Amino acid sequence: MSLPSYWREIPQRYRLEASCCTKCGATYFPPRVVCSGCGCRQFETVNLPETGKLVTYTIIHVAPSRFVDQVPYAVGIVEFDGGTRAMMQVVDVSEDKIKIGMPVRIEFRKLYSDGEAGVICYGYKAVPA
Amino acid sequence: MVGIVGYGANLPRYRIKVEEIAKIWGADAESYKKGLMVYQKSVPAPDQDVISMSVEAARNALKRAGGINPKDIGAIYIGSESHPYAVKPSGTVVAEAIGATPEIHCADFEFACKAGSEGMFVAYGLVKAGLVKYAFGIGADTSQGAPGDALEYTASAGAAAFIFGNEKTVADVLYTYSFMTDTPDFWRREYAHYPRHAGRFTGEPAYFKHVVGCGKAIMEMAKMKASDFKYAVFHQPNGKFPMRASKMLGFSKEQIEPGLLVPWLGNTYSGSSPMGLTAILDVAKPGDKILMVSYGSGSGSDGFIFETTKRITEVQGLAPKTRWLLDENQVYIDYGTYAKFRGKIRKAE
Amino acid sequence: MRRVAVIGIGMTKWGELWEKSLRDIFVEAALLAIDDAGVDKIEAMYVGCMTGGLFTGQEHLASVLADYLGVGHIPSVRLESACASGGLAFRHGFIDVASGMHDIVLVGGVEKMTDVSGDEATYALATAADQEYEVYSGVTFPGLYAMMAMDHMNKYGTTREQLAKVAVKNHKNGSKNPLAQFPGKISVEDVINSVMVADPLRILDCSPITDGSACAVLCPLDDAKKYAKGKPIVEVTGTGHATDTIALHARKDLCYLTSTELAAKEAYKMAGKGPKDLDLVEVHDCFTIAEIMVTEALGLVEKGKGGKALDDGLTEFGGKMPVNVSGGLKSKGHPVGATGVAQIYEIVKQLRGDAGERQVKGAKVGMTQNMGGSGGSTVCHILEVK
Repeated sequence: MSLPSYWREIPQRYRLEASCCTKCGATYFPPRVVCSGCGCRQFETVNLPETGKLVTYTIIHVAPSRFVDQVPYAVGIVEFDGGTRAMMQVVDVSEDKIKIGMPVRIEFRKLYSDGEAGVICYGYKAVPA
Repeated sequence: MVGIVGYGANLPRYRIKVEEIAKIWGADAESYKKGLMVYQKSVPAPDQDVISMSVEAARNALKRAGGINPKDIGAIYIGSESHPYAVKPSGTVVAEAIGATPEIHCADFEFACKAGSEGMFVAYGLVKAGLVKYAFGIGADTSQGAPGDALEYTASAGAAAFIFGNEKTVADVLYTYSFMTDTPDFWRREYAHYPRHAGRFTGEPAYFKHVVGCGKAIMEMAKMKASDFKYAVFHQPNGKFPMRASKMLGFSKEQIEPGLLVPWLGNTYSGSSPMGLTAILDVAKPGDKILMVSYGSGSGSDGFIFETTKRITEVQGLAPKTRWLLDENQVYIDYGTYAKFRGKIRKAE
Repeated sequence: MRRVAVIGIGMTKWGELWEKSLRDIFVEAALLAIDDAGVDKIEAMYVGCMTGGLFTGQEHLASVLADYLGVGHIPSVRLESACASGGLAFRHGFIDVASGMHDIVLVGGVEKMTDVSGDEATYALATAADQEYEVYSGVTFPGLYAMMAMDHMNKYGTTREQLAKVAVKNHKNGSKNPLAQFPGKISVEDVINSVMVADPLRILDCSPITDGSACAVLCPLDDAKKYAKGKPIVEVTGTGHATDTIALHARKDLCYLTSTELAAKEAYKMAGKGPKDLDLVEVHDCFTIAEIMVTEALGLVEKGKGGKALDDGLTEFGGKMPVNVSGGLKSKGHPVGATGVAQIYEIVKQLRGDAGERQVKGAKVGMTQNMGGSGGSTVCHILEVK
């Protein structure tokens, strides 16, 4: 786990900070430097909303070592109110209740910790709204 | 007047019943339920800890705080017995998550179960002194009960967050009082995984001496009697202790019921009386006087007398209510899942 | 631009090659290609390898592989585009000859994946996804394709059985490929009952971890007769390359492979051909759903109808549009950087009429589609026999 790269992404991981193109209004998460829609290089920071809907998901059964204890867990793509999308785990819901299109809320959760003595990494997850 | 400007709670969805724990250890579930007046407790999911729950509770408090700018929060104090780090305050992550950095003071507090009310006391004091505009006092815990021990039936998880400020309050602080002595009723040494306690000694010389001592003294200071209050909330390690303490201080069942969460939530340690307070604020009307007395082993009690303002009814619905969090969407788990979630199973190095 | 021919091909048996190192594997395939071409020297080489560093601790492969091949001080390039590294190497070898820069160019792909633990291999493969915004959340490669499958099934009614049929078909084809890692045949029940990896994908929906290499030698078309030795001359008539967003969540359509559509368009245009002109296609079936989505993006079937094509037998060995007669990644194996060049190997073999039991009768025009990550890059080639 790279500590500098974890720390660098904190505004996105903790506060869902995205960038909005000042010319065409396209919102990017994570933020960008060049708008791939209109080529503009001017952006303003926006915070993504707290709610959205699930547009696709899967249940992971074979996981990378950091997440092995959480198996099976759901990961999906959430479309925030407004249209921007992000990938995240879907928690606090049983497998059979997860549906494409279900409304979700974003919560601050622990992603994983680097063993018993390493840094704890936090971020966003979706829960049923 | 200085008081609570916004408040919020957070607690996990998972629950385990007393019967489920008793089954594993061959104990008599009914006598535990009767003796403790606790039927189930909350269990944090593996991705929840004091920091994550404090962030959610703090966000709920901000929702009720009438649009204050997080950058105006001048201090954040989180009290817990289960801070994720021994060195690196929980408060730094929470402050970052709510967008209150970098101009903010932060420190983590510990004093067994009263660490949360300590944070509230200091936050209140800093605002009253005029040093900061707003300050957060948060009580949160995900503490462990040693397997098979009596405390395993009650040690649970939850968080309550309060923003103190000088304007647009929902509940003013009328009086505060702290009562503390050196009493070895319950402790945990550094590196010990579970706390230890002194059995029946945790009752009269510890809990009751301080809770009742603090309660009596603050009411004297305020020249108030039990009937002057609409509600009272005491530290809730189980259902029996706060019921008895409240009786000793002259309070009725009706006055303490709205704040008595422990029978369905368990003991959220540093979140205990603070969460009870949020449940009361959720139903209070303007002008209600509320007594809160916390208790932390070691030992001490922080007392507060609050009076709700006109604004209280405007904000109750702006974030999830504590009883709703407690009673809706519960997921019951078995002991094996509970042991896995709480890291009680020894895994390979 | 000059016209370019493939005059030599070489490929090792793919599998868990414990006794062979990355260098060994590459050199073996390269020598087979060089001997097949009948050339006595090469002037430049382009090698695709996703990550020699994470799998074997070795980078600077351009130097290592030129050194071990004993080709002197020639210019050597290592290219990377995750699982499209091989296709990319072939394209740039083609561009080298087409531009007139060199006359005899070796292209190859290699990956040695079994020196590390399963967990380390998973980590290495995950570097083809968005580290901070996909992998950080605990998603795996099968997880990304599983999400695309969920979307495809939700939008178009694609079924679990149709996905399984891709694996069944490719294993049936691979059973005739002596170089395939897993030539055994499987049934739809086998696939559906195999261990769940990421819902709905099971282990038999997923391509394996493999060691292997494949190489080819390119020269200007006008010189090919010199080396042909009677073998049919195969020309590279089209090449296409396109990229798309690294992260799945940033794509406009979650189950449509835009990079494949655009790369194919470029190749079709250059070759003056369309989907109907192809006799066979080798596609990137890293997961069963990938083959279904690729057939749509290549224009072999209508959008959304990729699943139905399996029911209709369109892409079977004897069907109207045979796909992955080599066995595909599923049966042949998927040493990441080598796959793109192995696809070329198969098409060349088929166009030469040299594919034995796997021969598609009268094959004159073949296409390869090699893709990186969850569709972040695609390289396509069209080859024709003269």
